[in-house]
Amino acid sequence: MTSAEPVLRITNLHKRFGDVHVLQGIDLEVFQHQVVVVIGASGSGKSTLLKSVNLLEQIDDGQIFLKGEDISDPRIAVDKARARIGVVFQQFNLFPHLTVLDNVALANRRVHGLSRDEAETIARHWLDRIGLGHKLRDYPDRLSGGQQQRVAIVRAIASDPELLLLDEITSSLDPLLVGEVLDLVSELKAGGSTILMTTHEMQFARNVGDHVIFLKDGFLLEQGTPQQVFDEPQHPATREYLSRVKTH
Amino acid sequence: MNSAPVTTESGLSGVELGRRAFRKKQSGRSVLISLASTVMLAAIVWLTVVNTPGWALVQQAFFDPKTGANFFPSILLGLWLNVRILFFAVIGVAIFATLIAVIRTLRGPVFYPLRLIATVYTDLFRGMPLIIVLYLVGFGIPALGVTPRLPPEVWGTLALILTYSAYVSEVLRAGMEAVHPSQRLAARSLGLTHAQTLRLIVLPQGIRKVVPALMNDFVSMQKDVGLVSVLGSIDAVRAAQIAVADTYNFTPYIVAGLLFVVISLPFIRLTDWLAGRAQLREQIGGKV
Repeated sequence: MTSAEPVLRITNLHKRFGDVHVLQGIDLEVFQHQVVVVIGASGSGKSTLLKSVNLLEQIDDGQIFLKGEDISDPRIAVDKARARIGVVFQQFNLFPHLTVLDNVALANRRVHGLSRDEAETIARHWLDRIGLGHKLRDYPDRLSGGQQQRVAIVRAIASDPELLLLDEITSSLDPLLVGEVLDLVSELKAGGSTILMTTHEMQFARNVGDHVIFLKDGFLLEQGTPQQVFDEPQHPATREYLSRVKTH
Repeated sequence: MNSAPVTTESGLSGVELGRRAFRKKQSGRSVLISLASTVMLAAIVWLTVVNTPGWALVQQAFFDPKTGANFFPSILLGLWLNVRILFFAVIGVAIFATLIAVIRTLRGPVFYPLRLIATVYTDLFRGMPLIIVLYLVGFGIPALGVTPRLPPEVWGTLALILTYSAYVSEVLRAGMEAVHPSQRLAARSLGLTHAQTLRLIVLPQGIRKVVPALMNDFVSMQKDVGLVSVLGSIDAVRAAQIAVADTYNFTPYIVAGLLFVVISLPFIRLTDWLAGRAQLREQIGGKV
């Protein structure tokens, strides 16, 4: 494996829901320490793309490689592959019956075989870092939306995944709380995390993204650096989408 | 309105003080009304019953304090057997019902035979009267001649477990299915296996959702423990029956019945309290 091997490589990915062809042959690569941002309207296939990468959706064609290993091969251990990828959902999906600390420590204890002490030490470290060290014993419903989403993010990265998937993580947040969540993502990027994310926050995509991908109706229509995609979009559909989100 | 609210020494406006006084008066009146109506209803029921033509006979046959006191110790001893049966039956139901509920939620064609057996089992035992299950298990299984001689209460416990697991597994299944699919998704995305997801995420949340229903089944089971008497175990009901046969007086039945009520009361209250607490939690932000 050379250093040029991407963390994630997707080739010719297809996904159908019945008659609806949601992803129509997607090719993309995410390299180490890179933040790749997927933009596009609702229903363009962004979320399905992320779910497919985490094997939460069964794909209809194509291949997904995680550090060179084909994780779309049904013969591999699905749970092991998933354990190498962290996911954060739009709706947080914290476990309501577990404390904040247990939420974050769960995967390290149960999946990665750490002792309770080791797992909790790591969880404490992360929760301290996001300023929630005083909420360890609280249950998620006592936290604000922004706090819950930050807990969900550290739950996903506590086990040090090779790839982090963020699926519209600010879409269900109060506008005032979006900033605190996106700041944490910027911090993770600075810390060297490899991230594939979908978002409607164009300013954030421009500032933090290394590579931007535009999806429409299951097709990857345009990709490039944020400057290329936002300042000199080549495809008419990209131009139309950007003009709409910018002038809303 | 142009009158500014008058602030009193308590720091509250006169308007608010007026509202509070009104609410206080209202709730005081409600308490009086409910108290009066309760006393009246009790009086009516009492007077009606004691004025029936046969009351003197019924009082003698069912409510004779002397007979009741005489047989109280033997009935209480019988109740101890009921409590022990209940203890083991509850453990058995907890294990077996969870197993059946989990089997019924398994997906995939591999598990079809297991699912089928579980479905047939729950359908059969929810429909079959407990007393028939008791006869089948209590007299049928020993008659096969392959088991060692066991006291009838063991078979009674087994019959209770078989019948109640069918109900409880359905309640548990409903609870597990009420857990939002996104919870499974989140668990699997962390790398938890299917079994870990069930055990650590779905079951704990599912059980919480159905605690009041489970407690209700438990209370129901508590009284059905009395049916093991049909197999010949000397439990509270059987002890009362023996006493009745001795004296031709039915008071021992009333004693046994009241004892069953007494042991179930704490759980009934606990169930109400749990249900009330859950309701309160869900109604944060307004009670209508």
